[in-house]
Amino acid sequence: MSVSVRIPTILRTYTNGAAEVSAEGGTLREVLRKLDADYPGIGGRILDETGKIRRFVNVYVGEEDVRFADGLDTATPDGVQISVIPAVAGG
Amino acid sequence: MAHTSTAVNTSAHTIEFGPAAGLSCRECGARYDLGPIFACSECFGPLEVAYDFGEVRREDIESGPANIWRYRSLLPVPADVADKPNLQPGWTKLVKADRLAAELGLRSLYVKDDSGNPTHSFKDRVVAIAVEAARNFGFHTLSCSSTGNLAGAVGAAAARAGLDSCVFIPADLEAAKVTMAAAYGGRLVGIDGTYDEVNRFCSELMGDELGEKWGFVNVNLRPYYAEGSKTLAYEIAEQLGWRLPDQIVIPIASGSQLTKIDKGFRELIKLGLVEDRPYRIFGAQAEGCAPVSRAFKAGHDVVQPVRPDTIAKSLAIGNPADGPYVLDIARRTGGAVEDVTDEEIVDAIRLLARTEGVFAETAGGVTVGVLRKLAREGRLDPDATTVVLNTGDGLKTLDAVAGYARPAAVIRPSLDAFRTAFAN
Repeated sequence: MSVSVRIPTILRTYTNGAAEVSAEGGTLREVLRKLDADYPGIGGRILDETGKIRRFVNVYVGEEDVRFADGLDTATPDGVQISVIPAVAGG
Repeated sequence: MAHTSTAVNTSAHTIEFGPAAGLSCRECGARYDLGPIFACSECFGPLEVAYDFGEVRREDIESGPANIWRYRSLLPVPADVADKPNLQPGWTKLVKADRLAAELGLRSLYVKDDSGNPTHSFKDRVVAIAVEAARNFGFHTLSCSSTGNLAGAVGAAAARAGLDSCVFIPADLEAAKVTMAAAYGGRLVGIDGTYDEVNRFCSELMGDELGEKWGFVNVNLRPYYAEGSKTLAYEIAEQLGWRLPDQIVIPIASGSQLTKIDKGFRELIKLGLVEDRPYRIFGAQAEGCAPVSRAFKAGHDVVQPVRPDTIAKSLAIGNPADGPYVLDIARRTGGAVEDVTDEEIVDAIRLLARTEGVFAETAGGVTVGVLRKLAREGRLDPDATTVVLNTGDGLKTLDAVAGYARPAAVIRPSLDAFRTAFAN
């Protein structure tokens, strides 16, 4: 399953400045694992020490905030767009 | 840790932020230079302004202008900020609310009525600070995601300052907010989605070449913008005779305002401007969007997002950025977070209007509704000095009360007609 991942400005140092990269995996967990293999260290920025999504990070699979879906087990169908976004915006 | 600023300011002028010394991560404490950044690159935590305050005296503040710039020595703004074109918000009335107090069984109650700001909501305070940050960083376009009040505040402030604006709102907002925001001549864009979706859109826009040179007041300028809410704390304390209230009820949307009012109180204590005495902070939400209240009641320290469904649209943020900090503050100060139904919100709007002559928007209905609930349940000290915030003007949310607030009769201009209509 090939998906595209939109990278926030804050993490683009890991992707050589790329705003969007491709990754693979049937679930968000697998996609993030592949992302970290391709761009070492980026996974530890998105997930905390216990392997959960950091509390100030929002991750969307398509239009869906994964906290409303199955979290890291959310399915990532072929071609879907994943977005990683700092949560401390708005209000 | 040093950070290379991504500021677009390429001119030679000095960046001037008054007493602000840098940014620090509220989560992990990492330090950064002042710049248009908002999230920690280590842990994504929110960045906030850190200060080196000099001596700040009551008399210097008291001799300042009757707006938020009387507190400029406590804000990330240049010393001459009062001379620049801006909306001069703040110094709104602290209304002694004896009639409302009597209804609620309280003895010392005040309404901080922020509907008296230039665009009729507290948002003028935060935007005024963001405008100074935008000027400092060389941004020429102001932007934001908004539940309505902010859109108007940004449009107006940009017009006064001579900046462009492009603001984004959920397309289904109250008509008055949409019309008002559009009237200032900037670009207003309705988005077919919830506020949280608009917010996400703005974060993505900021990371794209389309928006990377814009100052998003509540995204890349958020550390500065949020500091504007401290002025509510300063004003309340000064208006009470340089004394902190014992209890305060504050609305929660993102939670930023509540967090910064607490920060403002703590600064006043630290600077010796008020006596160090305990205060309790209560947060107010609408039942139809109560993620923080639910987390508080469940004893959680994280906030599970919700999909909002309430008439209090200005508070309809289902994924509140500062939610965890609101929980910390309510628990630390011995306060609470509570919520009320839409019906209770409408009833509270009418209660405040009927007892104090203050016509609040739905967010004010939420705070007064929660105040009433807390008082009824015996969770407030009836003898303690209590402040409740009204953050916006009822004229912006007329639909909420239109079904109840109507003429008692429509008659011909004759005494007979009046006598007939009101004979009993």
